[in-house]
Amino acid sequence: MLPTPTLRRAPFGTNTARRPRDARHAHARRLFLLVGIGALALLGGCTFDLLQPAGDIGRQEKTLILVALGLMLLVVLPVIALTLSFGWHYRASNKLAIHAPTWAHSTRIEVVVWAVPCVIVALLSVLIWRTTRSLDPYRPLDSSVKPVRVQVVALNWKWLFIYPDYGIATINRLEIPVGTPIAFDLTAESLMNSFFIPRLGSQVYTMAGMRTQLHLIADQAGTYRGMSAAFSGEGFSDMHFDTVAASRVDFDAWVQAAKHAPETMDAARYRVVALPATAGVPAVYAGVEPDLFDGVVDRFMRQRGAAAICTTPALAQAAMSPRQE
Amino acid sequence: MFGKLSLDAVPWHEPIIMGTLLVVLLAGAALVAAVTRAGQWTYLWKEWFTSVDHKRIGVMYIVMALVMLLRGFVDALMMRAQQAIAANGADGYLPPHHYDQIFTAHGVIMIFFVATPFILGLMNVIVPLQIGARDVAFPFVNSLSFWLAVGGAALVMLSMFCGDFAATGWVAYPPLSELGYSPTEGVDYYIWSLQISGLGTTLTGINFIVTILRMRAPGMSLMKMPVFTWTALITNILIVAVFPVLTATLALLAADRYLGMHFFTNELGGNAMMYINLIWVWGHPEVYILILPCFGAFSEIISTFSGKPLFGYKSMVWATSSIGVLSFFVWLHHFFTMGSGANVNAFFGIMTSIISIPTGVKLFNWLFTMFRGRIRYHSATLWTVGFMVTFAVGGMTGVLLAVPGADFVLHNSLFLVAHFHNVIIGGVLFGCFAAMSFWFPKVFGFTLNEFWGKVSFWCWIVGFNLAFIPLYVLGFMGMTRRMNHYAEPEWQPWLIVALVGALVIACGIGALFVQLYVSVRDRADNRDLTGDPWDGRSLEWATASPAPFYNFALVPRITSLEQHWDDKQRGRAHVRPLKYEDIHMPRNTAAGVVISALGTLLCFALVWHVWWLAIATLIGVVATFIARTYDRDVDWWVPAAEVERIEIARHAALAEVA
Repeated sequence: MLPTPTLRRAPFGTNTARRPRDARHAHARRLFLLVGIGALALLGGCTFDLLQPAGDIGRQEKTLILVALGLMLLVVLPVIALTLSFGWHYRASNKLAIHAPTWAHSTRIEVVVWAVPCVIVALLSVLIWRTTRSLDPYRPLDSSVKPVRVQVVALNWKWLFIYPDYGIATINRLEIPVGTPIAFDLTAESLMNSFFIPRLGSQVYTMAGMRTQLHLIADQAGTYRGMSAAFSGEGFSDMHFDTVAASRVDFDAWVQAAKHAPETMDAARYRVVALPATAGVPAVYAGVEPDLFDGVVDRFMRQRGAAAICTTPALAQAAMSPRQE
Repeated sequence: MFGKLSLDAVPWHEPIIMGTLLVVLLAGAALVAAVTRAGQWTYLWKEWFTSVDHKRIGVMYIVMALVMLLRGFVDALMMRAQQAIAANGADGYLPPHHYDQIFTAHGVIMIFFVATPFILGLMNVIVPLQIGARDVAFPFVNSLSFWLAVGGAALVMLSMFCGDFAATGWVAYPPLSELGYSPTEGVDYYIWSLQISGLGTTLTGINFIVTILRMRAPGMSLMKMPVFTWTALITNILIVAVFPVLTATLALLAADRYLGMHFFTNELGGNAMMYINLIWVWGHPEVYILILPCFGAFSEIISTFSGKPLFGYKSMVWATSSIGVLSFFVWLHHFFTMGSGANVNAFFGIMTSIISIPTGVKLFNWLFTMFRGRIRYHSATLWTVGFMVTFAVGGMTGVLLAVPGADFVLHNSLFLVAHFHNVIIGGVLFGCFAAMSFWFPKVFGFTLNEFWGKVSFWCWIVGFNLAFIPLYVLGFMGMTRRMNHYAEPEWQPWLIVALVGALVIACGIGALFVQLYVSVRDRADNRDLTGDPWDGRSLEWATASPAPFYNFALVPRITSLEQHWDDKQRGRAHVRPLKYEDIHMPRNTAAGVVISALGTLLCFALVWHVWWLAIATLIGVVATFIARTYDRDVDWWVPAAEVERIEIARHAALAEVA
């Protein structure tokens, strides 16, 4: 609930002005304190995911947001201040203000009002050009550590993560080693979603029949919320997962344990998990159907993948025959 | 016989919807009874529904926008209430399918059936008066456009009680909007309501371009055109350029859903990314279509109430035109996260931030219009100053979202939701309300109540900030849009504050309607006999309030940008001409109402696959149109004596005031 400071009203008719000065000040101080604590309580319990990044990409994006905001505030704050001060100073009742009822043009001012936004936008453009390239989700991260590959399939409405290098898969739980670049390949079973772990940084769409890429890294161990950031129907709100960033040792141990999980992600199981439903519980699978991810990406192509992966006979037929009958 | 339509289409088991239906039926019955009792049906039919008078069509547009505002706002309240309670495992009171329809309907209604008709209504009322025309270029088409928009709104309202509405988000991205994933009629209602109203908008665009380019009073060169008319011109050029894209995109989606085609499907070579590109090729210019006329209105208002000419008129014109051109080069910023290359993203990011240059210039120009003025704080001025402050923030967050690297984390978040509400409420809605209080007397002959106007303003600005600052914060906390429920308890306090904000806005809307009621009740005390209640500057203030149906007894000769102001300065205003002339006017017609009614029925039949009805109504539409083209009795002459009689009364009133 909203923690709001409670203020006791002075009884009606009490003249506060008669009280000793310092007492009034103390009262005011207490009031400020209460408001301050209330505000802090409101903010303190919160995680500002974008302002508390846990990885390098997220950190760069936080810096970018703050720099861009700062640059724009250089113009926006004066504009707001000028609006309010002109609005007050030139009010009709202020007969002392200078009045210039026919003045409507000044080349000097015109040059300034065009130049100022131009300069800001020029600076911003350089910033955009550079950061868009350095933060391109497709660009592999500069690191001496060999990346861990993760293939992501957005199912309705859950996430399938395949670790091709380890032959394991998970549902709704992403385990990653700290300090290691993670190279994601992403696709979707059918509906479009967006793969997003706010504290790690960039998101990218997952789309059926297409492969998108994303590179992220976690610098601190911890559990971070992941989710779909693009509405995908009925079960969308439950389409979230935990990202567990662990030390390399812990991660390796987890991989070994996962290899002994009782179940495997074969084609038959994929067909089951791909049925529309909110998953709820995370799961780990010891083995993965070879080329499962490529099969999902290509399942709408005539030649490849279609037979093994298609979830419904009708779709399989559609994918394999040039006409849908 | 009735296609997919059966009694099961009515959601009998939904108490919320049935309750709403009951209220709508009762209110509708009360309205019909009241009109019948007052014996006003003939009057309404002859003087309003079949009217081709641009002022009356404008008023009807705005009435429709205000009615739909109530519907769209109830949707907003329901969403805010749902998100305020559905935290930490709670489901809230709206199941996903209903909630999804509500946020889709909210977006569709607010953009297509509130903002768009409000803007079209304002242009209808003001543009012909500002350029000294008797009406628009194609008065019948104007009436048709309006009734097509009504048809679209009626279909959206009907979808609530008969079938369902799209549960896809307001731009209905495939594959979700394809038949396989949205098998009900919801998306079909979406498609056909937008097709019919979109057709009306396109026709309006053509109509106003021709009106503005061809029907200006003699002497009014383009650079002597009032700035509102300039913004209207650019807006209508944008309409004509992009609404056909919307129509084509929705037609392709309809082909997928009705004819088994595969433009946007996953399988058989369809590509949803094509739809996303196309819809935003329309969608981004659309926001400028909405905001530009509001910029025009703010310009007129700030100049009038500062008692000064608009600072940098030429700059304003160039800024408006360049925004119009640039608006075509930014659509990709709606999907930086779709995997485009870095260079493509950077190009569209930079183009988007370039739009902030002319927009910034506009803000500065309004600022320097206030500079050394004598600002009178009418409620229209309050809306304008409120807009300038709010819009500066909204523009800034917009440019932040245009930085691809920032958008990678802010895309689809509540920060985005807060941003576009910041510009659409702070820009478009504030502009519409400002314009309404400014030009109201020109149409009705009495001014709006100031007290309730100011109450409304303060409720809106306080409510807006309470409702949307928390959403900015939540965006930074990583909350995405369109969530039915969520697991994070720390989001809830902010969403409760947002709900309180929405309730304060509700008071603002309430005050707006109280204002209308009080103003009509006290109209005798607030008559505007001069025709120029605010000491105005452009041509529309030269004629009487309410403006006579022919607008100007004699077509004025234009010699300056601020014609009426200069006339007043030189004592040439309100001079009675020596002789009046016959005036050529268009005749009212029922063709627009009939075509639109049949067209709406056609869309309804298409939604439910009632093919015989679709064919019959299509034939009806075409036949009515052909019949109308053979109708030669489309105009009439107002005798000079009649004009003289009206003008003598007007000058008597003027003399009385003086």
